Order: sequence, then C-alpha cells, then structure tokens
Amino acid sequence: MTTQGAIHQAASGQPARASTLSSWQMAWRRLRRNPLSMMGLVIIVAFVLIALLAPVIAPPKAGARDPYMMPHEGYSPDPRPPRPGHPLGTTEQAFDIFYGLVWGARTAFRVGLAVVATAVTIGIVLGGISGYYGGRLDEILMRIVDVFLAFPGLILAVVVVAILGPGLEKVMFALALVSWPGYARLLRGEVLSVRERDFIEAARALGASDLKVIARHVLPNSIYPVLVVSTLDMGSIVVAAAALSFLGLGAPVGYSDWGQIISLSRGWILGGAGNALQFWYTVVFPGAALFLFTLGWNLLGDAFRDILDPRLRGAT
Amino acid sequence: MTAFVVRRLLLLPLVAFGVTLLIFGLLQMLSPQMRAALYVTDPRQLRAVDSIIRTHGLDKPFHTQYVGWLGRVVRGDLGWSETAKMPVARAIGTFFPATLELTIFAVVPILVVGIWLGTLSAVHRDRVVDHFSRFFAISGTSMPTFVWGLLLLMVFYGAWQLFPPGRLSLEPNMYVLSQQFRPYTRLMTVDALLNGQLWIFVDALRHLALPVLTLSLVSCATLVRVTRSSMLETLRQDYVRTARAKGLNDGVVVNKHARKNAMIPVVTMSALLFVGLLNGVAITETVFGYPGIGLWGVNAAIQLDAAAVAGFALFNALLLVVGNLAADILYALIDPRIRLR
Repeated sequence: MTTQGAIHQAASGQPARASTLSSWQMAWRRLRRNPLSMMGLVIIVAFVLIALLAPVIAPPKAGARDPYMMPHEGYSPDPRPPRPGHPLGTTEQAFDIFYGLVWGARTAFRVGLAVVATAVTIGIVLGGISGYYGGRLDEILMRIVDVFLAFPGLILAVVVVAILGPGLEKVMFALALVSWPGYARLLRGEVLSVRERDFIEAARALGASDLKVIARHVLPNSIYPVLVVSTLDMGSIVVAAAALSFLGLGAPVGYSDWGQIISLSRGWILGGAGNALQFWYTVVFPGAALFLFTLGWNLLGDAFRDILDPRLRGAT
Repeated sequence: MTAFVVRRLLLLPLVAFGVTLLIFGLLQMLSPQMRAALYVTDPRQLRAVDSIIRTHGLDKPFHTQYVGWLGRVVRGDLGWSETAKMPVARAIGTFFPATLELTIFAVVPILVVGIWLGTLSAVHRDRVVDHFSRFFAISGTSMPTFVWGLLLLMVFYGAWQLFPPGRLSLEPNMYVLSQQFRPYTRLMTVDALLNGQLWIFVDALRHLALPVLTLSLVSCATLVRVTRSSMLETLRQDYVRTARAKGLNDGVVVNKHARKNAMIPVVTMSALLFVGLLNGVAITETVFGYPGIGLWGVNAAIQLDAAAVAGFALFNALLLVVGNLAADILYALIDPRIRLR
C-alpha cells in the first residue's frame, strides 16, 4: 500500500503541485516588480476596505430600513454641489453621492463576485466534462456554447433583463447567463491539451477515478487562463451591470449602485444657463469610482496574463 | 484548412438554428398579445389581436408556434417594430448603415494608435514608455463607455458647443430628407460628398467625432495588447537577431523585419474588433443619441418590442458568426504557414 501510495504521489501529485508552487512564487515576484501591477493590487485592496468598512465610513441613518438605499434630505429636483455634510454633493432628488459611492463598493463586489463565481462554476463543470470526455457530449455542449457566443453579450443581457423585469438580481442572472460560455470554451481548450499528458495517463493507470483525475490533476493544470479572464471580468461585469443600470434596467432609483447614480446625472450633463459644467460632480465622482474599480482589476488581470502566458514566461 | 472552413460553414446553419431557438424561447415569456407583432407588417392589423393569436396559434404548444415563426423568418418576414414604426426588416436596413459608418470611422484611429503604441511598448519592454502606453491603454478600457460619453458631451457639447449629439443638425437633416438629396450608400459622409454637399459632410463629421473618440479610447487597449505580445514574440526570433547581427539599425529591424510578421495576429484581431464594434456600439449610440442599430435595439428591448428584439438579435448574431468566420479565413490567407498545414 505504502509503495503504491508513493508511486501514486510521484506519478501524479508532483507535476501539478510543483508547477503550482513555482508559478505562485514567480507570480508574486513579477507582480512586485511591475509598478502597474502593484498599483492594481493597492486599488483593489482599498476598495475591499471601503466595502468592508462601509457602515463606519458612511453610517446609515438611525432607523434606516435598508442601508443600501441612499439617504436623502428632501426632494430637491436639482443636484447640489459639495458642501459640509455632503462632501461629494447631492444628485437630483437630493441623494447623497458620498454615501452612495461607499455603499456602492459593496454592491460592486456583490455583483462582480456573484456573477463571476456562477459563470466560472458552470464554465468549469461543462468545459471540464466537454474537454475530458470529448466525443458526442463535447460536440453537443460546444454547439450550445456557440449559440450563446453568437450573441453580443450586453445585447443578450439587455433582452433577458427587459423580459424578466428590472432589478439587480435579474441583472446578475442575465450577466451570468451570458458569461459562462466563454469560460466553458476556454477551459475545454486547456483540458484537451492537458488530458493527453503523461501524468494523467499515469494517474489513470493507477486506478484513480475520473472525478479524482479531473479534480486533482486536470483542473489544477488548466485553470490559469480561467483565473486571468475571471480577474478581468470582475471589472467588466461590474461595468456591464452599471451600463444596464444606466439604461434604467438595473438597480432601483436611490439604490447605492454606481451605474444608477450616474444615470441620475444624465439630465444634468449640459449644465445650467451660463455655466455648462455646473453639475460636474454628478458624473465625475461616480464615474471615477467605476473607473478605478475596473482599472484595478484590469491591471491585476493584465499582470496575471503576462506572468502566466507561456510564450512570454521566462523571457526576462 | 479547406476542411476547417467547410466544417465551419456546415456548422453555420446549426448555430443559426440554435440562435432562433434561444430567441424564440426567450420571447415565449411574453404574453401572446405582445408577441402578435411578430406576425404583422402593418400596425393596423394589430387591432385584430385576437384573430392573429388564433391564426398563428400563439396559445399553442411551443414547437407548433416555433415552426410557424421560423417559416416566416426564413422568408424574410420579421414582423412589425413598434419602436421604429416600420417593419423590422426595413428598420435594419435603415439603421444599420449609420452603425456601419460609425464603425468604419472608429476603426481607423484604433488601428493606427493601437499598432503604434503596441510596437513602442514591445520595443521598450518594462521601461517607462512601456508602462506609460500600457497604462494609457488600460485606463481607456477601464473607463465605462457611458462615462466617457457623458464627460465628452459635457465638455465638447455643453461647454464648447463644438460636437453635437445625434447624426445631423436640423438644417442638413431637412436637406437630406428632401428630394434634392440622393441617398446612394446611406453612409452620410459618402452620400454628402457624392451629392457635392460639403456642408453636410462637415456636419456629419462633427456628429461622428465624439462617438468615434469614445469607441477608440475604449477599444484601443485590445490592439495594443495583441500587438505588444506578438511583437515581443517576434523580436525573440532568430531571423531578427540575424538582421541585428548584420548591423542593420534598430528602426529597420523593428519596422521592416519584425513588424510584418508580428502583424499576422493583429490583422485577425482587427477583423474581430470590427465585428465586435458593429455589435458593441449600442451603449455609445444610446449616450450620443446616434440613430444606429444599437440605439434602436436597446430601445426595443426596454420597451419589449418583441418583433424588433427578435430581428435585432438575429441580425447581430448573424453578423458575429459570419464575421468570425471571415476573420478565421483571413488568418489563413495572410499566413502561408497555416494555409499549407
């Protein structure tokens, strides 16, 4: 038993684990060397802190039913500039922009994580099955993926949300629906090449079950591209959700959601008589939040891509 | 290669079939009354909604309805769009040229700047220039389209009155709609020149400026990235080292020897980019009120204009599938190593 266990370990556990370890170490080293990548990391950590500390940074009013709803004093139809008590100004209907941005960070993480996690899970399961077993099952699954990828993502999402009715949950559902096929196809391609490798055959020869081979040996060696894309998607999914909110299909008016706050500014961008830039703060602040969030994830994803791209690996 | 193309062509109808199934399935969630518009060519017919529902069996099981609808789609009868106030097929014909024009104008700056910055980045890898160009490209992508759009509108239209939204100003538009103006291509800038109306040409350009700027800033990054990594790979090839060893100066090596080969993935990427732009201008068109197919599609989806949604989604899917296939074929055509494999 011990001998067989040792062989099993040597034949199969090793390649996966060794490459994982060195990749992670190398990743960290290269991440630290590139100032842009570090900047991405710092931005994301800052947003995580803001989201976690939201109740401290922008405490909801006592007795507020839903902390995600932005508090508003009165119903002033005009946006009003930054002033004491409202450091970033207020939107139309007097919603406090600062409060909305802080709690909006929570909304952004919630939307991004939920959608990416759902899409990645579906993608890994279907892509893994498709690539590992191949044959007719693969053919059927990939044709379904083709059909989904034949639609421009945002358009399909708009159609789905329009049919289901507006709301943040429906936006998340629609975005997950349009995101999984990309992951499935990506992972399938990786699995196809990994499953032909010797250590997979070794593991199979030792009697490991399909599930064990896939989970222990195939996936750890084919997951990196999925990691890169999911990092980039954290930003782009949040932007897509914001775009749907901007079109009036997402979060309800007054909800702490960056896209929704920007959509409140839409009627004010041309300013008032004599001062065209009068209402700049209604676009600039929420726009900056959305931009920085996406920038952070893009910088991180770009760093991962550079680190993990086998053609460029070891070039320096 | 031929086998690959033939296989893709054979799969095309299969994917198209799946696409129609998905769209029709989604639309089934709407009430039969809302779906009746799929079966008429004139809004007056909608007064007899009940008889349409009966004739086309809109309360029958899914497969019966689907077959009936598919038959009409194959004949090119896509129903009536309430948002556009015209039949769906004609709406596509009306709005698509505007989107095509916008896309053509946007692709030029994207290609020029993208390839230039990508090359620069690769040549000066991990140096200040590289960091700067990547930062520029990444910030461009990170800025959501609608935020760019609103900011540009605020400054260039609100403050300076320089570049207005829409496609034409009032006066040129009146002229274009009159009998004197002949729409040859439906691309406004081209038609204006063909009609010899320079003032309309200038007006159309002024309306294109902001959406083109928005699209370029957002889409440039992909091209920078592809050019950069392709150049990096090529610069490590032996023949490049040989060229350097011969004593050729850096400019010649980079621009003549390396870039030509590095352009192969970039050309494919550009084809994909073009298709992606055609499909992805919806938000930009919405922000600038530019009357293209994307603006119509978004409005149709929001107002649940069933026939328009189906027609718009089908048309976009067709565009994407054919475009991707064309990109693959182009890839093989320009790279003999792939063609001869």
